[in-house]
Amino acid sequence: MVVVAIAIIRMKDLFAVVMLSGIYSLLSASFFVAMDAVDVAFTEAAVGAGISTLLMLVVITMTGHKENTTRHKPLPALIAVVITGGLLIYGTLDMPYFGSADAPIHSHVASRYVTDSMQEIGVPNIVTSVLASYRAFDTFGEVVVIFTAGIGVLALLAVARRPEDVEEIDSINDSMHEQHLVIRIVTKMLIPFILLFALYVQFHGDFGPGGGFQAGVIFAAAIILYAMLFGLSTARKVINQGFIHLIAAVGVLIYGSVGIASMLNGGNFLDYNVLAIDPIAGQHLGILLIEWGVGCTVASTMIIIFFNFAGRREMQQYNENKLNKS
Amino acid sequence: MIIAATLAIFVAMILAIIRGIAGPTLYDRILAVNMFGTKTVLLISLLGFVMGRPEFLDIAIVYALINFISVIGVLRYSDTDQFKHIPSNKKSTEKEL
Amino acid sequence: MDIVITIVSGLCLFIGSFLCISGAIGILRFPDFYTRIHAVGVTDTLGAGMILIGLMMHSTDFLVFSKLVMVLLLTLLISPTTSHVLAKAALHNGLMPDSSPNGPEQSKNKEAASSNP
Repeated sequence: MVVVAIAIIRMKDLFAVVMLSGIYSLLSASFFVAMDAVDVAFTEAAVGAGISTLLMLVVITMTGHKENTTRHKPLPALIAVVITGGLLIYGTLDMPYFGSADAPIHSHVASRYVTDSMQEIGVPNIVTSVLASYRAFDTFGEVVVIFTAGIGVLALLAVARRPEDVEEIDSINDSMHEQHLVIRIVTKMLIPFILLFALYVQFHGDFGPGGGFQAGVIFAAAIILYAMLFGLSTARKVINQGFIHLIAAVGVLIYGSVGIASMLNGGNFLDYNVLAIDPIAGQHLGILLIEWGVGCTVASTMIIIFFNFAGRREMQQYNENKLNKS
Repeated sequence: MIIAATLAIFVAMILAIIRGIAGPTLYDRILAVNMFGTKTVLLISLLGFVMGRPEFLDIAIVYALINFISVIGVLRYSDTDQFKHIPSNKKSTEKEL
Repeated sequence: MDIVITIVSGLCLFIGSFLCISGAIGILRFPDFYTRIHAVGVTDTLGAGMILIGLMMHSTDFLVFSKLVMVLLLTLLISPTTSHVLAKAALHNGLMPDSSPNGPEQSKNKEAASSNP
């Protein structure tokens, strides 16, 4: 991994940098698998190697792929980084050895999660139970952050298309895609499978690796595949943009309403024990609902980000075409 | 035997990285990343069996799909003039659409 | 019966890893991009298939077996498509295969001399 990181820094061609960062994400995912952290590896593989690479590629096609050479000498920055890094490493020398059994992180909170999670929540996957029930408030913060990122992209990058340009842009899109016949047929066979697999990951998160975040990313990846191969305009007709914006907000709303419903039933905010007659059934219901909310928001935010990036690029190409023709 | 297969796949991945860093053209690097991706799918499946946890196969399926989507994304967005392969003695300034 | 399964599975794993390593050596040593696509595309698909079949014989649970079948079908569908798409995009963008029998340097000179299509 160090070799790949050094190669990423030294290369000037940004496109190669994107490819190598994809490899770096994959190496991290394999590393997590070797350390037996399955959920993290899942999310790293889906987000880091898939969606990040795609989005960076769309950006590079718009900005050009040679990196500007820096003009200042980076020596003071290097000294600052080395001193800070040295201080950080010195600070970690005092910490207990990695993975030792009597470290504080392993002896207070984690052991309670491991021993009590099955009775209190009844879900075999402890990662999901920690994420969705013991630490549900943190997850709420994460979902709101993702939603805010989506709104930020919408605010900064949404491009209004004039109605007389829309038909020309659409016809350019259609003519460009006739040549991709083989991939279109293969993709038509694959997309239903990917969507179904996203639903499987969403609901199987209680028993195996998975959950809302990963399922949302996979769902968005299927829609992005469709949009890439069949044209942005066709995809806009299939997936209405207003509907997607609504779904993003509805996801966060579902999450918040579960919390408010718990408060209305007499417990604390996001306390699932009071949602049903039996506390275990209440926990299951609460976890199901909030994972659904997380999945909705993540999927729609990724779709919003991709459509806005690609829509910008489409406008840029269209304007360049008009400039070249006239 | 499974452990030997895991080591073999790991060696193949290292060779693919070497081609990825040193490939002269852009397309060599895309090919190296694609090969790295399929080897990662196999590595995750094998590691799942070695460590006795077959839940890793979900990750293998996701990774195979994500690899496919990334390569299609790269190639779909490569029909702008920045990606034209320029032979070493000539420059071309044509744009195709 | 048990030992037959172990031997067959070991053989499949051995063939699969041999194919994968030879594909990796090929991607380093072949002279041109199009030849490298041959190396990766063919050996990747077949090597992955063999390794997955070898693993299938080790599995005990039906769910694990069906997931391995799914990975196998996905790989068989996706790998050849990726090779096709990559070669088509490279050709479309102007990367020409070198057609001279003497290696890449000769054909680069010939390419510079003729016009760009």
